[in-house]
Amino acid sequence: MQPETAASKHATSETTPPLSGDGVPPVMGPGYTFRSVSEKISSITLTRRTPRAWLLGFAISFALTMLLLYTIFWLLFRGVGVWGINVPVAWGFAIINFVWWIGIGHAGTLISAILLLLHQKWRTSINRFAEAMTLFAVANAGLFPLFHMGRPWFFYWLLPYPNTMRIWPQFRSPLVWDVFAVSTYGTVSLLFWYVGLIPDLATLRDRSRNRFVQIIYGIMAMGWRGSAYHWKRYEMTYLILAALATPLVLSVHTVVSFDFAVAILPGWHSTIFPPYFVAGAIYSGFAMVLVLAIPLRAFYGLQDFITMRHLQNSAKVMLATGLIVGYGYGIEAFMGWYSGSIYEKFSQVNRMFGPYAVYYWALLACNVGAIQFLWLKRVRNNPPWLFLVSLIVLVGMWLERYVIVVTSLHRDYLPSSWGNYSPTVWDWTMYLGTIGFFLALMFLFIRLLPMISIAEMQTLLAQSKETGEVTTEKS
Amino acid sequence: MDTNPGIYGLLAEFDSPTALVQATRSAYEAGYRRMDAYAPFPIEGLPEALGFHRTRMPMLILIGGIVGALSGFALQYYCAVISYPINVAGRPLNSWPSWIPVTFELTVLIASLTAVLGLLALCGLPMPYHPLFHVPRFSRATRDAFFLCIECIDPRFDRTATKDFLSGLNPREVSEVPQ
Repeated sequence: MQPETAASKHATSETTPPLSGDGVPPVMGPGYTFRSVSEKISSITLTRRTPRAWLLGFAISFALTMLLLYTIFWLLFRGVGVWGINVPVAWGFAIINFVWWIGIGHAGTLISAILLLLHQKWRTSINRFAEAMTLFAVANAGLFPLFHMGRPWFFYWLLPYPNTMRIWPQFRSPLVWDVFAVSTYGTVSLLFWYVGLIPDLATLRDRSRNRFVQIIYGIMAMGWRGSAYHWKRYEMTYLILAALATPLVLSVHTVVSFDFAVAILPGWHSTIFPPYFVAGAIYSGFAMVLVLAIPLRAFYGLQDFITMRHLQNSAKVMLATGLIVGYGYGIEAFMGWYSGSIYEKFSQVNRMFGPYAVYYWALLACNVGAIQFLWLKRVRNNPPWLFLVSLIVLVGMWLERYVIVVTSLHRDYLPSSWGNYSPTVWDWTMYLGTIGFFLALMFLFIRLLPMISIAEMQTLLAQSKETGEVTTEKS
Repeated sequence: MDTNPGIYGLLAEFDSPTALVQATRSAYEAGYRRMDAYAPFPIEGLPEALGFHRTRMPMLILIGGIVGALSGFALQYYCAVISYPINVAGRPLNSWPSWIPVTFELTVLIASLTAVLGLLALCGLPMPYHPLFHVPRFSRATRDAFFLCIECIDPRFDRTATKDFLSGLNPREVSEVPQ
């Protein structure tokens, strides 16, 4: 059996997707064995040459990472005044981008934990890189509040530790909850990702022929040898970690929304914020998953592993969460009128027709308008169109945070404290820089680690053989 | 033991997960206990065939979660009530509803750390050296091969008899694992 040829022979199966019994595309292309699954995924890391496009993409994202470092240098040198933030809009881009990035991370945990508990088999080939996406998005999210503090070298003041000032953090403040929520989220995501990687690192260790590579993967695999005793404990641990990560991911964006909702500002002080934020987070996260998965599968010929089923289901999740978000906008507008509070009403009218009206209508067009195309099967079946809709959603969700942060802050209760906000060039370079940093980390990840879980794909193959959904015969 | 110097055990290789499970069952029925099976992915029924029915992981993680919850709440109580009480408009110092988020986060954090460290501890990882790594074909255990190893510390282990027994299970190959 020649695994590479078997794989490449079926790499073009997208044009005529073989359908399983109920008319949906299968979770895996036909003609695979345990060996060819393992070979195909690990060859991307070990044997294939580094593609030119990878080098180009990495060079661009690395340059943007340098831009980020340059911005941070200037920020530390001159202070946060280089950003456009000022009273009354003291949050600005720092908090907009923080919420945007942390929201993107949520889809990774949703795919890896919640869909695992719900026995969704289609999660298997996309969970690894979605978890990597989570980690890198959380890392970028963390940068913003850190540097927004102005003196980031005192960040440890947020943590409870005995100190000579004899004071403690204020545990009644959502900002302190946020520190705990985001740092726990980052830590648990890393643990979950690493535990998932251990068997695959052992595969890479055993397959590699280069001594140096063997030692590096060998250290990271910690001597994993696939013992049945180990597998049993491993599976149980993985399942319980998923059960722990599920409420965690819901809590993180809930706590982020508390940063707003606990404040008494009109437009923020609202009980709909937690569910509306969580739905928005999953919405933007799935958009990012599609933005990453569509080029990846085309570029590395992974159409047999990341099938149309994965893209279609992600599109459906996007549509569902997008509609929840749209409902959130509707309720916000309704409550502006129904609350009877002149401040709430003014805040809503100001959003729609005030100085930032263009952002508000653009966000509605992106988040509520553009996704209506996902009702059409033709669009859900068309990767380039899905890619485009996902990009629009990412822009829309960024605009949503812009509208929430800026419009509520710039018109307070007292007209004497009104002001306007506009970002400076350093706001934009910091934002672009984090996008570059995120992409640079993703590029390194797909080059150095298996981007699809080999052990889980083999398990899926074993199960699918039993149910007859995937054939091992070449069609 | 002293009749089998310099050997860790006997390793039989099988073609498929089902063959491995069947062979493991036969070995268990034949009275072998100190053995282990190796596969590139978790196989249903394999740990049970080895006689391994329950793992202590859930209990460990539960204890971790309880410790996290109690210590998280105690931390906030100590900070806000005992060490640094601030009277804000006469509100109670023990304002426990606002401590739920941090208590929850610490529950998850400590439980997850217990889960991962407990997994490694129970599995004896990291373990950079293991006698099985001497067998060249064993490198396939993480890719597409399925192994059963009967270790020489098993009381019923006998170099020739066990080898014959394993050969009778229709393996692809039986090899000795050097110590």
